[in-house]
Amino acid sequence: MSEENKYSLNDDRRVKVLSPGALVAKRFFRNRLAVLGLIMLIVMFLFSFVGGLVMPYGQDEQFYTYTYLEKEYVGVTRNDDLRYAVADGQEFPTILQAQFLLALGKNKTEFEYKDISYAYAQEGEDLYAISTADGTLLAIAYKDIVNAADQMDELPFNVKHEALKAYVNGEGSFSADGTDYTLDGDGNIIEDNLVLGYISRFVVASKENGVEITRDFKERLEEALEADTDEFVYADAGGEEHTYAISYDASTKVWSVKQETETYVYDTYSRPSKAHPLGTDNNGMDMLVRLMYGGRVSLIIGFIVVIIETTLGVIMGGISGYFGGWVDNLIMRLVDIFYCIPSMPIIIILGAAMDNMNVDSQLRMLYLMLILGVLGWAGIARLVRGQILSLREQEFMTATEACGIRVSRRIFRHLIPNVIPQLIVSCTMGLGSVILTEATLSFLGLGVKFPFASWGNIISDVNNSYVMTTFWFIWIPAGVCLLITVLGFNFVGDGLRDAFDPKMKR
Amino acid sequence: MRKYIIKRILVSIGILFFVTLVIYTLVRCLPASYVETMAMQLSTAPGSKPYEEWLAQLNASYGLDQPIPAGYVHWLGDFLRGNFGDSWKFTVPVVEEFKSVIGVSFVMGAISLILELIIAIPLGIIAATKQYSKSDYIISASALVGISLPTFFFATVLKLIFAVKLGWLDTHGFVGRNFAQLDSMGQFLDKCSHLILPIATLTIVSVGSLMRYTRTNMLEVLNADYIRTARAKGVSEKKVIYHHAFRNTLIPLVTIVGGSLPGLFSGALITETLFSIPGIGYVSYQAMVAGDIPFTMFYLTFIAVLTLLGNLISDILYAVVDPRVRIAS
Repeated sequence: MSEENKYSLNDDRRVKVLSPGALVAKRFFRNRLAVLGLIMLIVMFLFSFVGGLVMPYGQDEQFYTYTYLEKEYVGVTRNDDLRYAVADGQEFPTILQAQFLLALGKNKTEFEYKDISYAYAQEGEDLYAISTADGTLLAIAYKDIVNAADQMDELPFNVKHEALKAYVNGEGSFSADGTDYTLDGDGNIIEDNLVLGYISRFVVASKENGVEITRDFKERLEEALEADTDEFVYADAGGEEHTYAISYDASTKVWSVKQETETYVYDTYSRPSKAHPLGTDNNGMDMLVRLMYGGRVSLIIGFIVVIIETTLGVIMGGISGYFGGWVDNLIMRLVDIFYCIPSMPIIIILGAAMDNMNVDSQLRMLYLMLILGVLGWAGIARLVRGQILSLREQEFMTATEACGIRVSRRIFRHLIPNVIPQLIVSCTMGLGSVILTEATLSFLGLGVKFPFASWGNIISDVNNSYVMTTFWFIWIPAGVCLLITVLGFNFVGDGLRDAFDPKMKR
Repeated sequence: MRKYIIKRILVSIGILFFVTLVIYTLVRCLPASYVETMAMQLSTAPGSKPYEEWLAQLNASYGLDQPIPAGYVHWLGDFLRGNFGDSWKFTVPVVEEFKSVIGVSFVMGAISLILELIIAIPLGIIAATKQYSKSDYIISASALVGISLPTFFFATVLKLIFAVKLGWLDTHGFVGRNFAQLDSMGQFLDKCSHLILPIATLTIVSVGSLMRYTRTNMLEVLNADYIRTARAKGVSEKKVIYHHAFRNTLIPLVTIVGGSLPGLFSGALITETLFSIPGIGYVSYQAMVAGDIPFTMFYLTFIAVLTLLGNLISDILYAVVDPRVRIAS
């Protein structure tokens, strides 16, 4: 203010003179929607072009995760059937076993088969000794099972018999064949501090080939079964701890023990977390990074297509408008033809054909840009021609002619710059619609293809309805980005149109 | 006028000739995936001819062995005689398939056009009369949002909200699961309910441009001298807007709406595909992706004819509605 006060009232310097460009800028920035659109565009550009550099991950970096897979490890049954051990040098065929069971059922201590009589005696709970009438021990029947310890030989019959006798009667020691053995609380048969075998009611069968179940594991498992827990942790010989889940199936009377093993897999469709703010997609790639690179692809395609369109359109429209006559007629009929060609179906057909020919993803992107550009120039040519038709009748064009400026210079230096405002507006709006078209094609799987990301092909995951309903973080952000960008271009284009319009009051 | 129309029609026919030539060349240059797939299938049958022989035989039977110019003349001859051939994918005559699907597309298009008119014209007028007011900003901004909405994304959001979360409507298809058990009224309502989401999508996505068009034209009219005169004479604002201004806004509106009438038959390719509505758009999409040349050619030519017809209608209407326009002969 103080500066201005120095000038006299009619001083020209008091009047602020704005260049036409500054006037346009002033009008533009007064339009709130246009400024909003500009901010949206700047945000999206930063997001796409700077975001990809800032993020620590690559475009197609895949992430892995550990998941717990439950694998059937062992099956455990409690032995409720009588088992038989035959004394050395004797025979006890199945038919005799059946006769014994019959007698046991009738509570008779003697039974006959083929005129030979046999007798049995109960030596403890679920332990029977079967002998012939003359007192020779034939076999024993038992339910508690005597197992040899790991890496030990099978125990001889007599030891088994004596051990079982001691076990069912709760005795701590026994002797067999002149050797003394002790029996501890866990059912281990010990001779001179060496565990030879053990007695247990449970049968543990490995469900996997080549897995040896250790005695220690069995003991711990039995404890867990007796304690009726669903889970127990066991550290194997290597010190690695595994968790086992125990479930009991009453119909088959089998406890199945499942080992929870950690498996290294692609981290697909993980929920948003600190490491992946928008989760991961179905290839285990970080969604936020895909979104950034997708934006880059969408914007670059948009720009290149618009550049192709505009170049073609300006050249054709400029020539047509300047020369008029048959050239104009020819080019305008060409424009009519291109206007009339249904572009979306054509692009879909070409996309399907490229699918069929397995065109490389990168080459495909190039073709897509060319096709979109070639199909889209007609509108711009028409616009440029219309403007030039009215401009070329004006005095400044007569002046250029009088000065003898050559034709190409007259068109491209004097006519085209006057069309620039309309061109900028139509390019800005065109960018939005090209991005939409590209996204639609990519959505249909006919545009940008994996491994390249594009907002459209990110959203195409919703073709799987499970993804659509469950994993919102996969497709909603991509759609929002797309909407913001296209809306930004449209707001800015609209604002520019108003700003360039000299009739505008504000 | 008559001379003008005849001239325009002749020019349109010329354009159509070149458009179909371009389309035919393009379609023929593509790998005829459909024929190849067929030949591959047929040659795998036990005791069958080798693939090459089948391919040659099929190409011959479909007229694909001719060079493109001869093939085009052949196709054009058939087309002009009204012989559109049989669809490869749907294995019925093209016209039959077309007839069975065009109805749905037309109904969808017509309803959404009516909805668009009901929504766009009043809002556009309000926005123009209250330029730079809050309601103008809201209307202009929402019109641009509508234009910027990606159809496929918006349709998916609608599906998620109304079909999945609320469970009111189905996500796909034209008839429900228990369609066969319904009486005729129920069947009608069932079909209607399946059209709600597609029509909503179509309307919302395309209402914006009509709204902006109305606003721009209304603004132009409101800045005209005769409006200032009317105001100067003391005519009430209501009368100025609805009597003087609105009538003049109708001129470009009638032109553009008349021009879009043929487009009602062109179907909505993306929307129909997304909702699996068996209209001309969805069926053509399937045909195009499968490489069904007869149906694709028919569809593309049909669309081209509709576009030309639309331009013609809007040009003629422009002259008819606005008596100031005189066509130079």
